[in-house]
Amino acid sequence: MALAIDQLRADLLAQVESAASTAALDDVRVSALGRKGAITEQMKTLGQLPADERRAAGQAFNALKDEVAAALEARKAALEAAELEARLATERVDVTLPVRPQPEGRMHPIMQAWDELVAIFGEMGFVIAEGPDIEDDWHNFTALNIGEEHPSRQEMDTFYLTEDADGACPVLRTHTSPVQIRTMLAQEPPIRIIVPGRTFRSDHDATHSPMFHQVEGLVIEEATHMGHLKGTLIEFCRAFFGVQDLPVRFRNSHFPFTEPSAEVDIGCDRSGGGLTIGSGGDWLEILGSGMVHPKVLEYCGIDSGRYQGWAFGMGIERIAMLKYGIPDLRTMYDSDLRWLRHYGFAPLDVPSLLGGLAR
Amino acid sequence: MKFTLGWLKDHLDTTATLDQITDRLTMLGLEVDGVHNPAEALKAFRVAYVIEAKQHPNADRLRVCRVDTGEGEVQVVCGAPNARTGMKGVFAAEGTFIPGTGITLKPAEIRGEASSGMLVSERELELSDDHEGIIDLTDLNPEIGTPFADVLGLNDPVIEIGLTPNRGDCAGIRGIARDLAAAGLGILKPEPYAGKVPGSFESPIKVHLEAGDACPMFVGRYIRGVKNGPSPAWLQRRLKAIGLRPISALVDITNYFTMDRARPLHVFDADKVHGDIHVRFGRTGETLEALDGRTYTADETMTMVADERVAEAFGGIIGGEPSGCSEATVNIFLESAWFDPIRTAATGRKLGVHSDARYRFERGVDPQSLVSGAEAAAAMILELCGGEASELVIAGKEPAWLRSFEFRPARVQELTGVNVAKAEARQTLEALGFTWHEGCLGVQVAAPSWRPDVHGEADLVEEVIRVHGYDAIPITPLPRLTSLPQPAMTETQARRPRARRALASRGLLEAVTFSFLPKVQAVKFGGGDDALSLINPISAELDQMRPSILPNLLYAAQRNRDRGLRSAGLFEVGPQYRDPSHTGQDLMATGLRWGQAGPRHWAEVPRAVDAFDAKADALAALEAAGAPVATAQIAAEAPGWYHPGQSGSIRLGKVILATFGAIHPAILRDYDIEGAAVGFECFLDRIPLPRAKGGKARPLLKVEALLPVERDFAFLVDAGVTADALARAARQADKAMITDVSVFDLYTGKGVPEGQKSLAIAVTYQPREATLTDEQIEALGEKVVAAVAKATGGTLRG
Repeated sequence: MALAIDQLRADLLAQVESAASTAALDDVRVSALGRKGAITEQMKTLGQLPADERRAAGQAFNALKDEVAAALEARKAALEAAELEARLATERVDVTLPVRPQPEGRMHPIMQAWDELVAIFGEMGFVIAEGPDIEDDWHNFTALNIGEEHPSRQEMDTFYLTEDADGACPVLRTHTSPVQIRTMLAQEPPIRIIVPGRTFRSDHDATHSPMFHQVEGLVIEEATHMGHLKGTLIEFCRAFFGVQDLPVRFRNSHFPFTEPSAEVDIGCDRSGGGLTIGSGGDWLEILGSGMVHPKVLEYCGIDSGRYQGWAFGMGIERIAMLKYGIPDLRTMYDSDLRWLRHYGFAPLDVPSLLGGLAR
Repeated sequence: MKFTLGWLKDHLDTTATLDQITDRLTMLGLEVDGVHNPAEALKAFRVAYVIEAKQHPNADRLRVCRVDTGEGEVQVVCGAPNARTGMKGVFAAEGTFIPGTGITLKPAEIRGEASSGMLVSERELELSDDHEGIIDLTDLNPEIGTPFADVLGLNDPVIEIGLTPNRGDCAGIRGIARDLAAAGLGILKPEPYAGKVPGSFESPIKVHLEAGDACPMFVGRYIRGVKNGPSPAWLQRRLKAIGLRPISALVDITNYFTMDRARPLHVFDADKVHGDIHVRFGRTGETLEALDGRTYTADETMTMVADERVAEAFGGIIGGEPSGCSEATVNIFLESAWFDPIRTAATGRKLGVHSDARYRFERGVDPQSLVSGAEAAAAMILELCGGEASELVIAGKEPAWLRSFEFRPARVQELTGVNVAKAEARQTLEALGFTWHEGCLGVQVAAPSWRPDVHGEADLVEEVIRVHGYDAIPITPLPRLTSLPQPAMTETQARRPRARRALASRGLLEAVTFSFLPKVQAVKFGGGDDALSLINPISAELDQMRPSILPNLLYAAQRNRDRGLRSAGLFEVGPQYRDPSHTGQDLMATGLRWGQAGPRHWAEVPRAVDAFDAKADALAALEAAGAPVATAQIAAEAPGWYHPGQSGSIRLGKVILATFGAIHPAILRDYDIEGAAVGFECFLDRIPLPRAKGGKARPLLKVEALLPVERDFAFLVDAGVTADALARAARQADKAMITDVSVFDLYTGKGVPEGQKSLAIAVTYQPREATLTDEQIEALGEKVVAAVAKATGGTLRG
């Protein structure tokens, strides 16, 4: 009997081992352990054995059954693994193929610079004020102490719209300064505003655009002075251009709406034909500023004996071109897709002082 | 305003270097635009001596010269007929660039004789057209090796400043010198030609002022027996250095004083003047041939200097040719007048004449300079042209100029943060010509006659601080008003960057385009109102305020298509204009897509952009800007520039938040755009503001414990029934149980009758307390079918 069991074990294990697929393996399982399987059939004969042999033989058959079952399980796992591997091999894709298109747009450099300067001045406690692009003569000129005879008031620089019923011609604001006036008329000091916005002058050449953007700043308090103007603008210039030791120079100039007035230059290096912002012995004018003219305060009903203040204005295009290295003003408005993709900014690059300005 | 360092030193006794002077000018508000030393271009050219010039052995017209250059002896072959032994000329060594020929000198052998360097002619140095011979300096006998620029007197740097309109006094070199002296860079010298020229007879020409304030004072002087000719070399050199063409001694003298002390003058040929001088307004139609050779027409607002018969000059702007001086002039009448700045500027603009006289009169000429100017000019005329001067003819009187202001020295520190001692303030102001008077009530400061720009204490503070130096202004941090920064933007303002970044993240490129466009385009986009027309546009392409941003983006699309960029999207967040009032502009987020929705791709077939791309953009922009898009309605109504069947609007009740759709084919044809283009226009400022109350807390999340059930329905409806109407009807069937309805299929064609369409929706039922039974689900389905049938006439598709 023992001999027969050994023979059966060897046969069955060999069959398990040689099964080439899970289907073949299942056939082996049925032929070994099924109701009419070899082991089952053999076990049916146990009853014919003498009682003393029956017990030992029964144990031996049970052990054989377990052993064959384990071998089947192991072989099944191996076959399944091999089959999976074979299937996966047929499922190979070319991972170098391009991904599905998910086009990302770009922010315009002018608008990115706008967001950047709002981030900087916002940290300093300035809030945004705004006003209409189409202004009247009084807000754009008179209240800013620009007399009738001032050259910029003449047709040379100012765009006028068709005369209205009162015989007045609305103007396209030539600067963001009328918003100073609107703010001072509407609000009591202290005032701390910036005014980014569109401005218009009838000038069109390589360095002038009939429409451009300015940011105006205005601070009206009791004791604020030119030192604060200087401190604020130096901090702004260094933060905006990202040059911590950027030289900034204030020098006397003239604007009708400020007294004393200052133009502000930043340091640059023109050696080697290029232009680098920073120390380099050369200067680049970037903005105009000064103490608000007492007449302007008076036009706005602010007591110039009690309050004083300062203002500044700069071209957003100019500082954007300098910072981002854009050589030609006119390309700013051309909406050339190649240009926008090259000079534009990713939509998630939201400027902040804590997170960093433009990348 | 240009001047030379040498000319400045006529007025300023200084040891300062050129750099110190230019740096200081810029800081004083007299911004230096450039410094140019003409000697730089000539520095390679030096005086040399011809030791011997002998005939070239192999060429009749050439000479072989031994030349002492000051640095050694060289042999030069020279073709000039005047090259001769013992002469002094101008030598350029090998390697020198010769401006007149554009050639850099190399060692040469000319017909067998070595030649190194060159003796140059005036033409080769671009000094004149003279090429008859080489420059001959023998008579001047300068030292060998002297730079030729020094011999010419050209070694005088030319400084150009950009003059701000307030500083008429610095339109004269003396004014610039005064500023520098006040700033400690030297001492202001006494005025040259300051003496009086006695008149020996009464002027036969009198002056009559008939133009009121336009010309309140006129000083004239008759000078007889002058001899006009070229002015002396020093005067010509100075005028040339600053870009003026010497004309004749008389004219050059007037130009000299114009530049030297901002005192424009004019000389009439007295023999061409008929009778007395009348300063009067122009007469309609009156013309005058001016000294620039052009004929101008006067009008009754212009100040004319006329004789008994005709106008002879536009006062303060330009003289007339008929009474101008020539070489033949013998008797002259000198004009030193004061013309009103505003009127002069207006006349100059009308005429389009930019003269040195206008430049000064419109900035304000010193009203005290009329007599001194007439004296100084007469002195120089007598010196250079001879003749005999009449007594002065003085008509009218000086316009009032004396203004005095209270000056509180402490204001300097209050306004600038710099503590300037009272004594220094006084010294500065006095050096600039102001008068300081300290009385019981404080300090009164009077402005000098040449500073019409000073109008109050703030101006005095500026004078003190600009001379003291802006570098001394402290760098003071701006104190914070709150310990942490507050939001810089209102909710309305903050929407714009959010909308911009949302649109860019959808693949659109941000554009910035002009606020104006051609009127013909404006008309097609609901604009074109005359009230929004520019009366002085730069060009007809930019003559109307834009009623929409779309035409600008369409134009941009056209340009990009012309560059071969056939598919893309642009957007702009900016204003459009309804009317010229202060509230007549709308802040828009507008975009345009054209061509294919995406690039060609191996896994996805590209399709043309359609109205739903534009709708998605509009919804994204509105949502980013805070609009309640979930409750917004979509209506199939849009302005005429959209395709009437493929466009719509997004509304909150009656308020249109946005319009979107395919652009009308007729509009696309205007822009030469073939294929699809779709656009959207969002009115960002129409989005309602969130309620101020309630803070930022969200409502509590309610998650149902039971799984929702989804059932699909397909309805046959008339083609005109909107998907929105059908979905809305289904939603209303049981508001409590139905939480979502989505349209997932639209079908027309086989199996669907003509004029109808099949719309399939997925309806979500949310059980609340117990799982839904089959009967309950069945009943809900019947409600949905009934509701849809009632609202749309739709039937369940079999």
